[in-house]
Amino acid sequence: MEFRHKHIIALRDLSKEDIELLLATAESMREVNSRDIKKVPTLRGKTIINLFYESSTRTRTSFEIAGKRLSADTVNIAPSNSSATKGETLADTALNLLAMKPDIIVMRHAVSGSHYFLANKVNCSIINAGDGAHEHPSQGLLDMLTIKDRFGRLDGLKVAIVGDITHSRVARSNIQGLTKMGSSIYLAGPPTMMPPGVEKLGNVTVCNTMKEAIQDADVVMMLRIQQERQGKTLMPNTREYSRYFGLNPENLKLAKPEAMVMHPGPINRGVEMSSYVVDGDQSHILKQVENGVAVRMSMLYHVCGGELAE
Amino acid sequence: MTDSTGRTILLDGSGIRRAITRISHEILEKNKGLSDVVLIGIQSGGAHLVREISRCMEIIEGERVLTGSVDITLYRDDFKSQNPHKSVGKTDIAFSLEGKRVVLVDDVLYTGRTIRAAMDALMDYGRPTNIQLAVLIDRGHRDLPIRADYVGRNVPTSTKENVEVLFDGQQQPVEVILEK
Repeated sequence: MEFRHKHIIALRDLSKEDIELLLATAESMREVNSRDIKKVPTLRGKTIINLFYESSTRTRTSFEIAGKRLSADTVNIAPSNSSATKGETLADTALNLLAMKPDIIVMRHAVSGSHYFLANKVNCSIINAGDGAHEHPSQGLLDMLTIKDRFGRLDGLKVAIVGDITHSRVARSNIQGLTKMGSSIYLAGPPTMMPPGVEKLGNVTVCNTMKEAIQDADVVMMLRIQQERQGKTLMPNTREYSRYFGLNPENLKLAKPEAMVMHPGPINRGVEMSSYVVDGDQSHILKQVENGVAVRMSMLYHVCGGELAE
Repeated sequence: MTDSTGRTILLDGSGIRRAITRISHEILEKNKGLSDVVLIGIQSGGAHLVREISRCMEIIEGERVLTGSVDITLYRDDFKSQNPHKSVGKTDIAFSLEGKRVVLVDDVLYTGRTIRAAMDALMDYGRPTNIQLAVLIDRGHRDLPIRADYVGRNVPTSTKENVEVLFDGQQQPVEVILEK
């Protein structure tokens, strides 16, 4: 099995076999992360630019560590100190960065689809670290790896995703990836946060209540309420949201006893999840972060050897 | 023995068994027993051979030797020309190599580039006392100054030929063939 993509922009563009290969490589990369000397010379001499137009701690740090553990040189560019604040367009920024000959650009941008625009302008590899409300492929992959660690498989699992589905790129990447791998997705959230037509994405069921979604679920994935993305009108207040769509030890009992609880972070404690659940035995939130480095090493490794699929 | 397809059998099952028995004795003789000796197989052929050698050494010494395996994909020097990338195999070294006598095991020794990569990988697991090299077949044509300490069989080859150790479903070596 070979990986034939130059860019990783969306899990929608990848086949089941591509995803299996990325996850298998990530499992091998985990071994590097458990050594005393956490570095292999694979990407020596490659330059990776982390271009983050939106704030991020986890994803940016994780990509930076992943690049460094493969011996690549990683450079971070944040919006506050880039020329975007001086009015430079994305295309101009990209062409200027390209003149410095990077091998991979890892970008996060608020506009959905901006990575496809960028990929047409440059000749280096593009990895999407989140674009608007479109996709967040590395998060989708690390979530799938974490689920696979727990159950040894992805097919035939009931995965509940609860929260603001409309604004969630995490939800979209997980839906694209998990349905390809054979899981069944059950979505719950306020009607104002449920995109119309989402059930057309495959094996996806939209539930009317949270109870319906998490009943007998193997995985309960909670989403962050993205207060920076939504207007003020989507929910009355966080207390009411928490009462109907918050995960607590009581409603978690509806899921299977061995069910795992996940969250892409950062968590609003007491809103989408109670602290008892965040810190409880069923929480796999820190394992998700741990797997993030291995998954991103796998992505960087494979795009360096890939070619355009076309 | 060359058949109609141009395949020559260099070693059959019993030939491989004898070679492995001799290599096991030589390793024990040179290291004066098993103390501090570890066997590390290069994925995937070498890792299968490590199982055979350790089984043989256990029969001779009545003691188990520590074993592990190393995958060299991340240490290759032809990273750019290897296009596109295959999956990365598992490295499994569950102990520190600090102060160990490491016997690196591979099936076929050719250019020596795999061995160079494997030695770089081993150094990331601690500083071994020494590294020795055991191979089932040495076919010549070295690109690097690397030499095996224990050789099952030296085979003069041309660079156009291909030497392969075949394994069965249980990862037991079956035969060694040379293809034109």
